[in-house]
Amino acid sequence: MTEYNFAYLDEQTKRMIRRAILKGLAIPGYQVPFASREMPMPYGWGTGGVQVSAAVLTPKDTFKVIDQGADDTTNAVSIRTFFQRTAGVATTTATSDATVIQTRHRIPEERLHEGQILVYQVPIPEPLRFLEPRESETRKMHSLEEYGLMHVKLYEDISRHGHIATSYAYPVKVEGRYVMDPSPIPKFDNPKLGDMAAIQLFGAGREQRIYALPPYTQVVSLDFEDHPFEASKADHPCGMCGATDSYLDELIIDDAGGRMFVCSDTDYCEARQSAGHKGKDAA
Amino acid sequence: MQANTLSGGFADPATQSAHAFRSVMEAMARPGTIQDIHGAVPPAPLSPAMGAVLLTLCDTETPVYLAGDMDCEAARAWLAFHTGAPFVGPAQCMFAVGKWDALTPLAIYPIGTSEYPDRSATLIVECSELAAGATLTGPGIKDQATLSLPELEAFQANRTLFPLGLDFIFTCGERLAALPRSIEVSRSSSEAIAQAGAS
Repeated sequence: MTEYNFAYLDEQTKRMIRRAILKGLAIPGYQVPFASREMPMPYGWGTGGVQVSAAVLTPKDTFKVIDQGADDTTNAVSIRTFFQRTAGVATTTATSDATVIQTRHRIPEERLHEGQILVYQVPIPEPLRFLEPRESETRKMHSLEEYGLMHVKLYEDISRHGHIATSYAYPVKVEGRYVMDPSPIPKFDNPKLGDMAAIQLFGAGREQRIYALPPYTQVVSLDFEDHPFEASKADHPCGMCGATDSYLDELIIDDAGGRMFVCSDTDYCEARQSAGHKGKDAA
Repeated sequence: MQANTLSGGFADPATQSAHAFRSVMEAMARPGTIQDIHGAVPPAPLSPAMGAVLLTLCDTETPVYLAGDMDCEAARAWLAFHTGAPFVGPAQCMFAVGKWDALTPLAIYPIGTSEYPDRSATLIVECSELAAGATLTGPGIKDQATLSLPELEAFQANRTLFPLGLDFIFTCGERLAALPRSIEVSRSSSEAIAQAGAS
């Protein structure tokens, strides 16, 4: 591909993004502003993640893209093809073979290892945005470590539903300092954020923010002593591979109320099936 | 103008700076690890690692401060040609370049503001060696790591400023390591024993 610079973006843009990534790693959980560029895809399709991936990819990388855990959705396929064409990188669907994984709203089931990079697509990076719409105010709240409002929101959940009903984009506190939106991953994935050997980078294109978690960063999901955080999932085994430890999607399979539960991580599910595991709905 | 002003940059900027950045990012994300970095051949007194870091991160938007011996005609001309970075004093810089003694005291560099802690300087320190040394703990480190540091007190004082503060990249030959502001540094246990024995 000679019509584009390597990995699509021009070098000056990549340097700007790279400087933001380094500051993000130095201040875990803090949202670094960056001059997000227009990308050849609409906002909401992962423009932030794509720009971060473009800034970190080298020709030697093996690239994987997942969308809600799946390698084979439109969004995942098109971003994977985009970097195959503009960066000439090898691509894979196997989690353990990938060196850079771009993800929309999931963390792979398989434990990541050192040397891997997980790039998140983030729609709204500001965890306080739905509580306080003004950027000038939320920025002040972060600088003053004023996070009482977030606890009020979780408390209102408890008073209304009897438990914390927030089930995705569950807020976390990083290294005892910044409250961070982990992007809309299910709260089932929250415990993996802190106990992670890979570098985690978060890119929000429309909102022009980059933030990061170095490996083994202390990440705590916000909760109360009498309502501790719980990583929840549908209480079923996977219908295809029988896994009981993976996050599940619920599928409606007929118009008579029939449904099945399958792993949202397609690579994990397929690997288990080819290893001989079988769920109750497997053909 | 010397001939080596025009040479010594990345021959293939897009891919060489991508590889160089990965080394810098791995170093910043895993403090204490020592990474290889290649591709630049800057004139003395800049080391190849120093040159590669500057080529990867600096351009016309990043004011650079050259401290001490680094502020020489050869370095200025090479950086001006290859990066276009403006040269400024320590209070305005985004990147400061030099040996440790020339860069200190640290109070003169921007440490960011409480609303924008990212608007702080990164100091790129040329070192005579990179090896094991002080004990490091913090984000990016599983239990603890170790890295030779020019001194301890300045880094301990920098840590107390968190989330404000300075970030450091240490270069030596074709290798580099990094120390972000989030890391706690302390004397290694072997050094502490040696000092207790001497006193």
